[in-house]
Amino acid sequence: MDKLLTVSMSPHAHGRDTTPKLMLGVVIALLPAWAASVWFFGWGALYVPVLSVLFSVIFEYLIAKYLLKKEPSIRDGSAVVTGLLLAFTLPVNIPVWILAIGTLVAIGVGKMSFGGLGTNPFNPALVGRVFLFISFPVQMTSWPLPKGFATADAVTGATPLGLLKEGMRQGEHVANMVRELPTNYDMFMGHMGGSMGEVAAVALLLGFLYLLWRRIITWHIPVTILTTVFLFSGLMWLINPADNASPVFHLLSGGLMLGAIFMATDYVTSPMTPQGMVWYGVGIGLLTVIIRRWGAYPEGVQFAILIMNAFVPLINMYVKPKRFGEVKKNG
Amino acid sequence: MQKLKTFPKGGVHPPEHKLSAGSPIETLPVSGRVAIPVVQHLGAPAEPVVQRGEEVKVGQLLAKGTGFVSANVHAPVSGKVFRIDKKFDASGYKRTSVIIDINGDDWDPEIDRSTTLRKEITASREEIIEKVQAAGIVGMGGATFPTHVKLNVPRGKKADILIINGVECEPFLTADHRLMLERGEELVVGIRILMKALAVTTAVIGIENNKPDAIDHLTKLTADEPGITVQPLKVKYPQGGEKQLIKAITGREVPSGGLPVDVGAVVHNVGTTLAAYEAVQKNKPLIERIVTVTGKSVAKPSNFLVRIGTPISALIDAAGGLPEDTGKVVLGGPMMGKAVSKLDIPVTKGTSGVLIIPDNEAHRAPVEPCIRCAKCVSVCPMGLEPYLLMDLGVYEKFERAQNERVMDCIECGSCSYICPADRPLLDYIRLDKLRVGEMIRKARQAAK
Repeated sequence: MDKLLTVSMSPHAHGRDTTPKLMLGVVIALLPAWAASVWFFGWGALYVPVLSVLFSVIFEYLIAKYLLKKEPSIRDGSAVVTGLLLAFTLPVNIPVWILAIGTLVAIGVGKMSFGGLGTNPFNPALVGRVFLFISFPVQMTSWPLPKGFATADAVTGATPLGLLKEGMRQGEHVANMVRELPTNYDMFMGHMGGSMGEVAAVALLLGFLYLLWRRIITWHIPVTILTTVFLFSGLMWLINPADNASPVFHLLSGGLMLGAIFMATDYVTSPMTPQGMVWYGVGIGLLTVIIRRWGAYPEGVQFAILIMNAFVPLINMYVKPKRFGEVKKNG
Repeated sequence: MQKLKTFPKGGVHPPEHKLSAGSPIETLPVSGRVAIPVVQHLGAPAEPVVQRGEEVKVGQLLAKGTGFVSANVHAPVSGKVFRIDKKFDASGYKRTSVIIDINGDDWDPEIDRSTTLRKEITASREEIIEKVQAAGIVGMGGATFPTHVKLNVPRGKKADILIINGVECEPFLTADHRLMLERGEELVVGIRILMKALAVTTAVIGIENNKPDAIDHLTKLTADEPGITVQPLKVKYPQGGEKQLIKAITGREVPSGGLPVDVGAVVHNVGTTLAAYEAVQKNKPLIERIVTVTGKSVAKPSNFLVRIGTPISALIDAAGGLPEDTGKVVLGGPMMGKAVSKLDIPVTKGTSGVLIIPDNEAHRAPVEPCIRCAKCVSVCPMGLEPYLLMDLGVYEKFERAQNERVMDCIECGSCSYICPADRPLLDYIRLDKLRVGEMIRKARQAAK
């Protein structure tokens, strides 16, 4: 035989999943929410995410090539996901220069400073968002109210969670504020003020189903977060309905759906075992409600996820999968 | 149809590609010169008992097993011993082999070569184990562990169920499938023999649901056989792993570091069971086996009954020749098989298939950074964390790897298969196992 045979260790077959395919899957899962956001907030919701993706990819390329002096790996698609997710957490009327700073912090500080894909402890999109939130509080909290395509200039106003926090600060009972707050159905469909990608729970849940169907993520993190928020806020609501919002309000308002389905499930910054994912999800759920109820900010999802990100190495160290053959060793 | 069973944790489902499932078993003659390695099993090498220049008959002992965990090797052909020399085998190393120039096909007269089915089992329990040991039978699913060792239930333990492995969960392979279809009657007698040897009254044949014809056929054949049932299983790799199969069928979990018999189960492959039938009822040692020759570009994917020692090049020729685009030749299936560098190496007792992989699928993709997607953790059927075990291998933290139960790994390859970043997880886990194994042996010696 003239030709040499290739020799390698088993397995000799490989599944079809690759990093870019998984990232593309996440982008596809975000499309319903994106479409909803264009529907509610107009054309701005179409180009802001595109710009955000462009900035992210360009910054990643430049940082990898000129600062880290390594082969840029923008083809893995992770910068696209980061850019898209960051845009989804911003108000549609965000100035472009602020958006550019946000993506630079997300990619530069949140991801590349740790060595790039797979090494960052914190969710890069949330790092970018929190940086902007603290640095530009005015621009970051002037939420356009949703309108259709027809009227281009949306009026700004507070988010439901913002209204709630403001009311509570003035000592008003939650029960009396209900009239000012959107109905559960409106919130489920996305008729409320908020960031571009977070408003339409129905669209985000559609994306969740797609992620599950494609087996890109498992149910553990989103379901435990949502369940924990529902139970914890529900318990407080049962004890004192006058001063607490209903558990359904907590589920549908703010960035909870977007955070639980797309942010907390970020591969790199979430635990490796199903059991660890449950602990992580419970932690995010509890922290979210605690911040919303007693914290200074109306919304707590972003901080809850970042705080739990910090615990992931610890969770990975101590929470182990159930080993095969561990039962009844001497039985 | 019974409810499908499976093991609960992990596993993958690679494309099945059972191209040769419809090809009946063909007997392939061999001629010329063959090399018979004296190590075709797990355990101590067998010691050659023939001399250079000696005439041997088919079935004559060539090399005698040394110690309990070892296996005899018999002449699969008749002819003259050319010499005893080191020759390449599937391992990629040169191994002691008895080289025979074939002359005719002259069988040991003790062997019953008729095709009549001998149903009545006259041998006693001890005689069965003796005959199986004498015949050099080893696990024919690929692990090649000496069968008589598994039939000798250790003192203080008790087997209550015999599981017959007809799962054939490796993609492409169909040797066991064809065996179950064409040699079912003998297989059932073989099961009775193993049941007698183990003194169990229950036997379950586990077959994956992608072989409905084999399930139907054996269900019919065992309808009047008390104690023997067929259990259809969900198609999921590695269903045929011993521990996974026991869990799927009985719900029992073999303890870490333990043996199947610790939970009362003994597993034998269908090929092994047929070999036991031939050894006990026909006096025939293990000198031939069924081998699948297959691959996407193979002209005639086939199942051959061949003598041990037949060069795999002869099998490939019989299946239509080596395809133009060949990149890799694997002995066994794509998940656990062994890639070979030469084609003049012999078929051995554990060769279940010859898989020819086209060049465009023969190479590994470049390794990308781990994105911590946790897919390796979720597919590991042993509940391990392959990403962590690989890191521990890279950084040579072998003690920690031992604590993370790396020795439980069955090397099924599901982690490397699923990894979207094409990381060589199993390669590093093998390194861990090698080093941890050395550590354990050293500690044992120090304790002595």
